[in-house]
Parts: sequence; structure tokens; C-alpha cells
Amino acid sequence: MSARSRIFKAMQQIANEQNVTLPPLHDDLALHDTGFDSLAFAILVARLEDDLGSDPFTVAEDAAFPSTVGEFVRAYENVPA
Amino acid sequence: MSQPEVLALRDYLGPELKGRTISDARHVVSLTDILGHSSLTGESRDLSGCSVLLATSSQLLSALVMIQLDGVVRRMLLCPPDLHSDHIQALLAQAEVDTIVTDRPLPGCDAGTYVVIGACLPERPGTVWKTERATEWLMLTSGTSGLPKIVAHTLDGLAGAVVADGPARHRNVTWATFYDIRRYGGLQIFLRAVIGGGSLVLSEPGEAIADHVARLRAGSVTHISGTPSHWRKLLMSGAAADFSPHYIRLSGEISDQAVLDGLARSFPGASVGHAYASTEAGVGFSVDDGHEGFPAALIGRNCDGVEMKIIEGSLRIRSHRTANAYIGAGAPSLLDAEGFVDTGDMVELRDGRYHFVGRRGGIINIGGLKVHPEEVEAVINQHGSVRMSRARPRKSPITGAIVIADVVLADGTDAACRETIRLEILSRCKHSLPAHKVPAVVCFVERLDVTAAGKLARTDA
Repeated sequence: MSARSRIFKAMQQIANEQNVTLPPLHDDLALHDTGFDSLAFAILVARLEDDLGSDPFTVAEDAAFPSTVGEFVRAYENVPA
Repeated sequence: MSQPEVLALRDYLGPELKGRTISDARHVVSLTDILGHSSLTGESRDLSGCSVLLATSSQLLSALVMIQLDGVVRRMLLCPPDLHSDHIQALLAQAEVDTIVTDRPLPGCDAGTYVVIGACLPERPGTVWKTERATEWLMLTSGTSGLPKIVAHTLDGLAGAVVADGPARHRNVTWATFYDIRRYGGLQIFLRAVIGGGSLVLSEPGEAIADHVARLRAGSVTHISGTPSHWRKLLMSGAAADFSPHYIRLSGEISDQAVLDGLARSFPGASVGHAYASTEAGVGFSVDDGHEGFPAALIGRNCDGVEMKIIEGSLRIRSHRTANAYIGAGAPSLLDAEGFVDTGDMVELRDGRYHFVGRRGGIINIGGLKVHPEEVEAVINQHGSVRMSRARPRKSPITGAIVIADVVLADGTDAACRETIRLEILSRCKHSLPAHKVPAVVCFVERLDVTAAGKLARTDA
């Protein structure tokens, strides 16, 4: 499974747990339009670290937090193996 | 000039009560004629007024020497087994120790600087020592990785709860404790056995739980105490089946409803009580109604002279059972201006009952919102398939921290059910806790470590 599909799967799971209705996910969707609050993102980042083995937002000192779903996904795709 | 009567341990050990013993896995020592025997080796010395470090390899030797020295020496510092040897020198200086009683070599404690006396089982007849003074009992705080603090008690204060409960109530019983008796919780049980006229079966480090339970049964143990972690470990072991004590006591950690219910189910013939005590605050109270927390009516002054109040969420206790002071140059003050000990244990009032929610220092900060690990664990532990859990913080680039739950499942839980259990745990947490307290991740683990003091290890938290 690709990083993208794992991220979308985790987002759907957290949305279910947090009673958030997730809009259709696409690259240009702004993160603040996902319905996720900071706690939901914190949970997402923690679970993806377990699943994908990295947390791009803690590792890189100059990491800017992404503003769209596409940027969020790319942060994981760009992590050196 | 007449002095108020000072009682020492020896004054509770008359020969009129027969058949009393104290035992560990290797030895059984009779308490009936203990006073006529010495547990100190070498020439009989006058230890009157000395300041003694008691550092024996076994609890049994410590117990015997405590009986011999109490009321004679000025002060007696009890060394728990997990004390780091690097700390001994500093503690010797702070406690102004001049004499060491031990049965093993201690680094830096040579006979040139200190009087060093050996300890042994009481096989030789010895002089019967007389009670001359109220010995200061010095104990070490647990739970810190640095130098422990030295806490000073008197026997009168240490035994306050034993006397208030009425020693006669538990006369001729056999006590046991999972604690080491050189820690406050264990010392309480030692005192209950000695002062109450009973016997005591000691724990043994490293002993398999099935072997320990076999000794408890062989010793006809009727009354037994430990931390909730100790009890969860026993319940998990499956070794408790043929053990049927009359009285089960929990202290030292929060007794949540799940562990109280688990014990009530596993030991239908026992009364189960949980006590609040700490090395500094002494024994505050015990609760025997089977429910977690304690009735709000206990706040204020009770008939045993224990006074409790809650300031900024933390429990404060004033009574003659609290420690007198921290010992050592520059030691902080233990009591506030009004004589209360701030326990650092945080409580919340719900439905007329105060519930312990955690330690002040253990709070996890989730983007400015606070979580006590213990309140999350209490909810998780209610799940029927969960034996034990630990909530801990994990760094988050977004909220600073999030809550992670490590969960030990009951024996025989099908691994295929884990996803279902995970969802059930999260569902329970969502139902009972605000969103930021719900664990972000649930990890299933084989075991959770328990410290030498019997508490859930939170070192990596």
C-alpha cells in the first residue's frame, strides 16, 4: 500500500473515531477543511509514525507544517528511506 | 522528672503470645522468645544513642535488628534493597550515621570511619535491651531517580493507624505483604504483625509468584497487602486459585474499580480494603466499602485525629502519623506552616466521592489541556480483557504531547480479537473522557514493569 493510501486510510479511521465527516480527499483540499482539529492531526501523525516509520514534522528542523492534503502526503513521500 | 511512657517494638513482644513467627523463603524465626536473643554479631556493644544505618541483604535480618535496636539507638535509617550504592555515602552524611549494621560489604563504609556490626539470625542468647528513648525511624522516599530524601518518623506516628484500628481486631492473624518492609507500605504490615500480636510472612525478591503463593498458603496467611500493581500481577498469574485470605489491603497506588472488582471476584471470602498512605504523609485513611475513591465526608478532621483538606486539587494531610521532617543539611520543609503535608496526589469530586486522578508531577500536557495517566488507565482497566495498562505521553509536533496507552491483555485473549478490543477501549475512553484524554494509540504489550517499590514503572513516561 502506498504512503498516500495509508494516510487516507488512517485519516478515515480517525474521522470515524472523532465523529468527523471527512470530505472527499484530494491534493488541493486545505487541511483546515478536512474537519480535523489539532488533536486529530496529532493522532494522525503519531499513528503514521508507527505505520510508516517516520514523523517528517519532528525529524526536519525546518519543516513547515503543510497546509493542504497534497503537501501533507508529500512530506511522507519525501522522507529518505 | 517523669517522662511520658515510650513504647518500643520489644514492648509488644512479650512471651505470653506463643507460636508467633516471622519468615522468609529460607528461614522461620520465632517471635515468642526473640527478646532473649541477639541478631548482632561480635562483641556485645552498647549502641545506646547511636545513629545506625541498617543495610542488610534480607528483610528478615532487618526485621530482627529493628526489633533489637528500636528504643535504644538515637536513629535508624532503613535501607531498601533497590538503593543505589552511589547514594549511600551522601545519605550516611545527611543522617549523621556513626554505626552500620550489615551482613555484606558496603562500598566506602569501612570500619575506620564507622562502627560496623554484623547481622545474623538470632541463634545466640543475648542481653535483653531496655527501651530508653523514642528512636527516630528514617526512611527513604521512592520514585525519584536522584538522591532519595530521608524522612523521619517515630514509632508512635508510624503505628498510629495500627493502634487506631485496634490491634486486638487483628490479633493472632498472619500478615503478609508483597512490599519490602523497609519501605513505608511494607513497614506498616511489619508493625501490624508485631504490635497486633501476629505473625508475618515476608516476600522474597525474584521468587516466582506461584512459589510465593505456595508459601503464603503454607504459612496460613490471613491478611495481606500490596499495591494494585502487585495485585494485578497476582491475578494475571493464575496462581491465586487456592489462596483464600480473609483480608486484602491495597495501597501505594490508585486502587481503581477494576482491580477492586477483580479482587472481590477472585477472593469471594475476603474483605477488600484500600488505604491511602505515603512515606511523608503517613496513613491517611482506609476505605472498606469496595468502591474506588473515598467518601467526601472524610475531608475535615476525623475521630483518629487525621485532618484532610484539598487545596488546588491536591490532598493535604495533617496528623500525628505524618513524618516529622526531611533530614539533612538544606533539606526542604516537609510540613507547611499549618503542619499539613501536601501529598501531590490530585483528587476530583464526583457524586459525593473524591477520586484520585494522578500525581501532580505526572500530568501530560496536550496542547495546554491536562491529563493524568491514571485517569486514562482507570477507564481502560474496566475492559474485561484488560489486565493492566499504562498511559504515557509521546511527543507530538502538533500538540506537544499525546496520550499513548500500553495494554496487557488477560491470559488466553485471542490475538485475533485485538482490533475489536482496541476499538472497544477507545469507545469506552471516548464515552468517559474528554477527547484530549482518549489515547491516540493503543499498543498491546506482553508485560509492564513494576518498580522495586511495587508501583507501575513510569520511568520512560
